[in-house]
Amino acid sequence: MSTTSVTAGQRFRRHRAAVGSAAALLLMLGMCGVTLRWSVPGMRTQQLDEARQPPSRANPLGTDELGRSLLWRTLYGGTISLSLGLLAAGIAVVIGTAYGAVAGYVGGRCDELMMRVVDVLYALPSMLLVMLFAVSVGAALEQWPIVHVATDGAAGHWRPISREWSRFIVLALAIGGVSWLTMARVIRGQVLSLREQPFIEAARALGLPTRRILLRHILPNLVGPITVFATLTVPQAILQESFLSFLGVGVQPPQATWGSLAADGVRLLNPVRCDWWLLLFPCGALSLTLLALNFLGDGLRDAFDVRGR
Amino acid sequence: MLRFTLRRLLTFPLLLLVIYACAVLLIMAAPGEGLESGEKELPPEVLAARRAAYNFDQPWWQRYFWTWPKRLLYDRNLPALQYEDWTVVEILRSALPVSLQLGVLALGLAVLIGIAGGTLAVAFRGRWLEHVSVGLCLIGISLPTFVIGVVLLMVFGLWLGAVPVGGWGRPSQALLPAITLALPYAAYIARLTRAALLDACAEDYIRTARAKGLSETRVLLDHALRNALLPVLSYLGPAAAAIFTGSFVVERIFTIPGMGTHVVESINNRDQTLILATVMVYAIFLATFNLLVDLLYGVVDPRIRVGARPA
Repeated sequence: MSTTSVTAGQRFRRHRAAVGSAAALLLMLGMCGVTLRWSVPGMRTQQLDEARQPPSRANPLGTDELGRSLLWRTLYGGTISLSLGLLAAGIAVVIGTAYGAVAGYVGGRCDELMMRVVDVLYALPSMLLVMLFAVSVGAALEQWPIVHVATDGAAGHWRPISREWSRFIVLALAIGGVSWLTMARVIRGQVLSLREQPFIEAARALGLPTRRILLRHILPNLVGPITVFATLTVPQAILQESFLSFLGVGVQPPQATWGSLAADGVRLLNPVRCDWWLLLFPCGALSLTLLALNFLGDGLRDAFDVRGR
Repeated sequence: MLRFTLRRLLTFPLLLLVIYACAVLLIMAAPGEGLESGEKELPPEVLAARRAAYNFDQPWWQRYFWTWPKRLLYDRNLPALQYEDWTVVEILRSALPVSLQLGVLALGLAVLIGIAGGTLAVAFRGRWLEHVSVGLCLIGISLPTFVIGVVLLMVFGLWLGAVPVGGWGRPSQALLPAITLALPYAAYIARLTRAALLDACAEDYIRTARAKGLSETRVLLDHALRNALLPVLSYLGPAAAAIFTGSFVVERIFTIPGMGTHVVESINNRDQTLILATVMVYAIFLATFNLLVDLLYGVVDPRIRVGARPA
């Protein structure tokens, strides 16, 4: 394990673009995270007399139609986009790994059936189902009292979470729920070959329960492909969220993501007035992040020598 | 092959039923029926009449699994919840062909550009053209369609004035939207083609072909590409699903009167009849497309007969 990880690390470091991307991503994450205490109030502060101003010293990235600073909005939107992408990718990784590992390890008819289901799901209009899920289940979630509010003296009461956060949670669930298919295929392929290795046979001969073999013997050997495909799932999830926000079924205002900011920019775009900064900065940040994530995924793929798509 | 086809055809209705049930479940998850208007309370008699018009007086299983499908397919008078004067069939008939035309055009472009780009990258291995095409692919995968679309719109529509900025009906109006929709998938297909071609070029039969003295072009196009097309073919199903639903975004940018607006409006307004019909139309279309791709698989590569027992 230690020797392979060392060579994987060395191979990764030789990949200039991937290393640069990792640094850029860390920088982006750091900028979004560190500035949160200013960007959270800043993204909502309206200065109506300074609406739609181009970049200036006071507002380095310009202002939107309500005079809100685009700098804070872009940084805040980045936090939401990135955390939604990470959350959705996390969900996809858990489902995909569990599904693929079980299918590959059990094998036979069960495997055939499970993979057939994946094939079928691949060709579904998943975008439609994600939209439907986000709106319907989001509306239901707004009514379930699940947050406990403590009040002084009294026992407190339960209230539902706010609209913007319930939509955020539901979106992450929906996008994660449709993004695990590739992961399941790759993991199944890996497990199929791992299953035949002598050390697994030895574990079986020892009489270890299946659950333990899967968790303690197979899972550690899947770290490479899991890392690679988790990295490649994050940009997909961010991209999908930005599409939904662009169409108006994504996050709800006053919540903002790069996608919803870009949608606002496109909405305000017309031949008479071209407020380029409203479009350039959110789209630029989004595209650069996606590019860096894809480069990083490619680099990791080469480093871990993972095959498959 | 026949057995495989038959089995796929038999599971087809089952698959559609499962999708329909999922859609119904999702619709019923949201509170309310989508009939109550937001601003003011409807008088009870009006509400009752509206509920009866949409069969909400029936139990849910009868409404979703018998009355609505029958009214949609047989009577063809199932109205959309949000526009009472329009039946679902009328809306689909006016908007669906537009979206499908755009999707088919984009899918064709994506396959053409993708395979050509991937092949060029391999043909010019180690030269600057390969690096350019590999870099372009990564950028193409990373740029959201709305960014590509807006940039193309600004450059070719507004500044150069070469094409109309929106609308639908003339070929010139279809050009920019189709390219915008196709580019990310073209980039992905190019990557697939390149990787598969590089794999194929390492095989023995390619060395044999070269040893026979065939030209490099023939080796690449005749021998290697044929095998390299298989991954592309298996990507067609997911690509079609993504392109045909991805066209909603492009339609919004280029103001194309397709399904995009209807889909978003119906989901936001909980227009149950239109949502269910749309989901089913897309499910049927994509499932059929996938079936055809699977059958095509056996045609392209005679070694693969899907569902055949290993010898």
